[in-house]
Amino acid sequence: MRRDRTVAVIGTAFVALAAGGPWLPQWAMFIATVAFARGLVALGLVLLLRAGLISFGQALFYCLGAYTAGALGRFYGVSDIFIEMLVGGAVAALVAFIIGFLLARYRGIFFGLLSLALSMILYGLLVKTEALGSTDGFNIAPSTLFGVRPPPEWVRYSVLVSAAAVAAAAALIVHRYLQTPLGRLAPAIKDNEIRVEYMGASARKAVHVKYVIAGALAGVGGALAATAVGHIDPDMAYWTTSGEFIFITILAGTGSVVAPFVGALIYGSIHTLAYGLSPNTWQMSLGLALLVLIVFLPEGLWSLATRHARRT
Amino acid sequence: MPVVLNARGLSKRFGAVTAAHEVSAAIDKDSVVGLIGTNGAGKTTFINMITGYLKPDAGAITYEGRDITPLAPRQITRLGICRSFQIPQLYSSLSVHENMMIGLGIVLANAGHGGFLSRGDAPVPGYGEPAAQVAEHILARFGLAEYRDRNTQVLPGGVRKLLDIALTMVAKPRVLLLDEPTSGVSAQEKFGIMQMVLDAVRAEGATVLFVEHDMEVVSRFAQRVLAFYDGRVIADATPEVALADPEVRRHVVGRLRAAHA
Ligand SMILES: Nc1ncnc2c1ncn2[C@@H]1O[C@H](COP(=O)(O)OP(=O)(O)OP(=O)(O)O)[C@@H](O)[C@H]1O
Ligand SMILES: [Mg+2]
Repeated sequence: MRRDRTVAVIGTAFVALAAGGPWLPQWAMFIATVAFARGLVALGLVLLLRAGLISFGQALFYCLGAYTAGALGRFYGVSDIFIEMLVGGAVAALVAFIIGFLLARYRGIFFGLLSLALSMILYGLLVKTEALGSTDGFNIAPSTLFGVRPPPEWVRYSVLVSAAAVAAAAALIVHRYLQTPLGRLAPAIKDNEIRVEYMGASARKAVHVKYVIAGALAGVGGALAATAVGHIDPDMAYWTTSGEFIFITILAGTGSVVAPFVGALIYGSIHTLAYGLSPNTWQMSLGLALLVLIVFLPEGLWSLATRHARRT
Repeated sequence: MPVVLNARGLSKRFGAVTAAHEVSAAIDKDSVVGLIGTNGAGKTTFINMITGYLKPDAGAITYEGRDITPLAPRQITRLGICRSFQIPQLYSSLSVHENMMIGLGIVLANAGHGGFLSRGDAPVPGYGEPAAQVAEHILARFGLAEYRDRNTQVLPGGVRKLLDIALTMVAKPRVLLLDEPTSGVSAQEKFGIMQMVLDAVRAEGATVLFVEHDMEVVSRFAQRVLAFYDGRVIADATPEVALADPEVRRHVVGRLRAAHA
């Protein structure tokens, strides 16, 4: 059996980032923080994808987390980044739990399109809600850390390290979950639900659990993105946002809990680069990148790592 | 002997087709029962109803005195009623060993060892060993050890069939329903496979119902025969009596002979 280095990799990456972070330029810190936010969403999508399910509407939970963080500041004066992420994740998880009773019954294209429909309902509601800024959304005050407001030049760094810590914890939790008997059920659900049922497990319940975890992760990611960017608007629930998350997930592949964050970082970099090169056609460059990826790395970034391991 | 499984008046229609018509059968504990009948006679439908996959339009099924008619397949499996499939139902993206581990993982989880911190190394109920070892033992017992790391998609038909049966072993079945366990293998191999399967399940006592088209296999292994024809049970007796029954000879044995000739 291949030795599992996931825990060591996550630990090392976190320490390296925390130690080297202060030397990063501000723009790089921002890209990395947003990558952690998107990576959290993609990590949840990986869980669903392993069971053969694609959610075209994960932006629903991303946006819920973001607006929860925004509402905490705007209506309750709470701006602590950890509280924002915690409550953002909890609200998203609760909503995922409720709509999971419906969604866990569906598979394939129906699952995908239902999740898309639900995210567009949230988009429509937010656009019509004056109190939350309608289409413009609203700004979010810079966050504090355990009640302390870092000096301005350290804000980006402290948000980055907080993001990294939460991402590392999430990756470790999901990694552990994937080793439990029910966590390992994902490929079985994808392959043959009848056999799963006849072995004494409920495929629907397993899908429901995965859906709630994925929703919670997306909610945490949304809250993080909200504080990092300092602004939220209904586009966070729009279907193109969900599309970005699917892009990152496919880029990452389903083999590792670390890959979604690497995928998100690459996505963010391509996005920034493409936008810098040609602000009007960046979507085209991104599309080309996805095309190349599917042709050459159909199993995602992760296949690079395992291919290398097999050779050595 | 006490009755372990009791089906009473089971009926099931699919549109114009009557797949079961007032099927009744009381199965004795620890007996071996052969289910025979031509294609479309209703044997698989009977198994599907017992295991909760199909709900009968009428009738009821009790297991050790308890009504199991409304239960889902997973709940019935947890009670110890397990089945194999006429067409093997495997996890096609996984290896033979991983297929076993999925099943054992579910058994562990149902026994309360599936929590967030569980490492999957708790002893499997009924086996007293960790899942990884149980998997090796079951695979060895079914002669599948050499296919351990093969993907199930590339297995020969007979091996797929055996794995399908081996997968039912994880939950220590009390009642095992085998849907054509020996289909697709040569006449000589049938005896070996049946012997192996019966040895594996009956070491600690279990009731076995098996669907079989080869009457020699039926006479050798079954203590009792249920003959199906057109959704009805037309005979329920020992193999000697059932296979000599004129109706059975006309509707089942004769037809099979004709079909095989
Ligand atoms: N899900 C279903 N939908 C419609 N018709 C069905 C269904 N399942 C079974 N039938 C029909 O019910 C009848 C009995 O089928 P069943 O599969 O129980 O037969 P069988 O005795 O197992 O036959 P075989 O030896 O071919 O496996 C057949 O006419 C079959 O076409
Ligand atoms: Mg059949």
